[in-house]
Amino acid sequence: MPTAIEEIVLPKLSNDEIARYSRHLILPEVGMEGQQKLKAAKVLCVGTGGLGAPLAMYLAAAGVGTIGLVDFDTVDASNLQRQIIHSTATVGKLKVDSAEIMLKGLNPFLNVVKHNTMLTSANALEILKDYDVIADGTDNFQTRYLVNDACVLLNKPNAYGSIFRFEGQASVFGTKEGPCYRCLYPEPPPPGLVPSCAEGGVLGILPGFVGVIQATETIKLILGIGEPLIGRLLLVDALGMGFRTLKLRKNSECPVCGPNPTVTELIDYDQFCGIAPPSKVGPLEVARDKAVGDHPVVDGIPQITVEELKRKLDAKEDIFVLDVREPHEYQIANLGAPLVPVGEVERRVGELAAQKNREIVVHCRSGARSQKAALVLKQAGFTNVSNLAGGILAWADKIDPSMPKY
Amino acid sequence: MKIHIPTPLRTYTGGLETVSISGATVDGVFQQLTVTYPELKPHLFTPEGKLRSFVNVYLNDDDIRYLEGKQDTAVTDTDELTIIPSIAGGINL
Repeated sequence: MPTAIEEIVLPKLSNDEIARYSRHLILPEVGMEGQQKLKAAKVLCVGTGGLGAPLAMYLAAAGVGTIGLVDFDTVDASNLQRQIIHSTATVGKLKVDSAEIMLKGLNPFLNVVKHNTMLTSANALEILKDYDVIADGTDNFQTRYLVNDACVLLNKPNAYGSIFRFEGQASVFGTKEGPCYRCLYPEPPPPGLVPSCAEGGVLGILPGFVGVIQATETIKLILGIGEPLIGRLLLVDALGMGFRTLKLRKNSECPVCGPNPTVTELIDYDQFCGIAPPSKVGPLEVARDKAVGDHPVVDGIPQITVEELKRKLDAKEDIFVLDVREPHEYQIANLGAPLVPVGEVERRVGELAAQKNREIVVHCRSGARSQKAALVLKQAGFTNVSNLAGGILAWADKIDPSMPKY
Repeated sequence: MKIHIPTPLRTYTGGLETVSISGATVDGVFQQLTVTYPELKPHLFTPEGKLRSFVNVYLNDDDIRYLEGKQDTAVTDTDELTIIPSIAGGINL
């Protein structure tokens, strides 16, 4: 099958490189020419988090000549449960800088290009154009559609991977003969229908699994060997240790990669996904779920600060605090409030009938789910419902530092 | 026949990954599925009753959109349906 690397003069390998890649060189499927193709290759890793971490590391180990990294975030301790490219020593650093340290430590022959920015319609074509393969390791639908469309427009293969809790998907989109992401999912889910990371959680090993699959596909594309996942969707179920492959077809009416495309330039993906534009800094899902509020009222629900709640509790005001997290979170830390998980609030509204006219303060971990629950209560006729802005995390931050944060 | 329920929707099937539902066609099986697990309905179908576009349904390994009969394709007890929603986890998942 054709390789992703165009016909160019392949770079020479030094004696040191030959010694380093010996186990590749003695494989007939790789050999000197294959290793030279790897050295000539330029791969862009969009995201240096759960998926990007193992992906970039294995590409560096394999001898890919140039790795571009796109990430605007900084390393947080909670990343280290799965983002093995970073370390305790780099907490607080920009992810692209942290990743570069690990990648260069592993392979000093590597050329790392850092793009410390959010990928947007304004910069995507410019950033992607100089790479041979794009590996998409992002965490939100807007960027997935953006990367997909940019790859189709630029004719770059897209080694796609995505995960949720214990399951993953992988495929190769963006090739001329194969389907693109929009052939599989013409439209994104409305915001809030698919839980975000803070609500979903993930088994740390899962992105490791899927990220290495993406690296494998990238290397296969560069070398022109094996059967890349073009036209196939690999489903990984880590708990059952099951793998399934489903057939993907190119949608003849695909607005991006079909014979009559209607999308011929990058669009406003926030609008496409029905989401308010993200803030300039910070993880995108915070803005998407509207968790953080400096606003006193959001969608008709008053936002109350943890200081205000403490004051009310100390003054023994007649308030009812409702915790809408999951039982396993309650065990980590709680405010002693009755627990009704957010997904059950609508169904169990009857249990709270006695509180209908009392002041109710709803809380969760960070303020996103409690906002949703507060809206449900309001619609059910509860007259005095507020949302605890910042959730139990803000309480642990400002009121009770002995409380664990998770 | 067996229907594979994806993780995000398992809260509506009491945590079950696989459920057994009978029906003569794909559509018939889905109708019965949403009768047995009514909370699934809004996540799979629009109010007009159309399958939501970010949900894909596979009959064995084939996407039903590309089967001749689509939702009216006949099914047997040994066939399996899989529901695949879009997921986006990556950097922060």
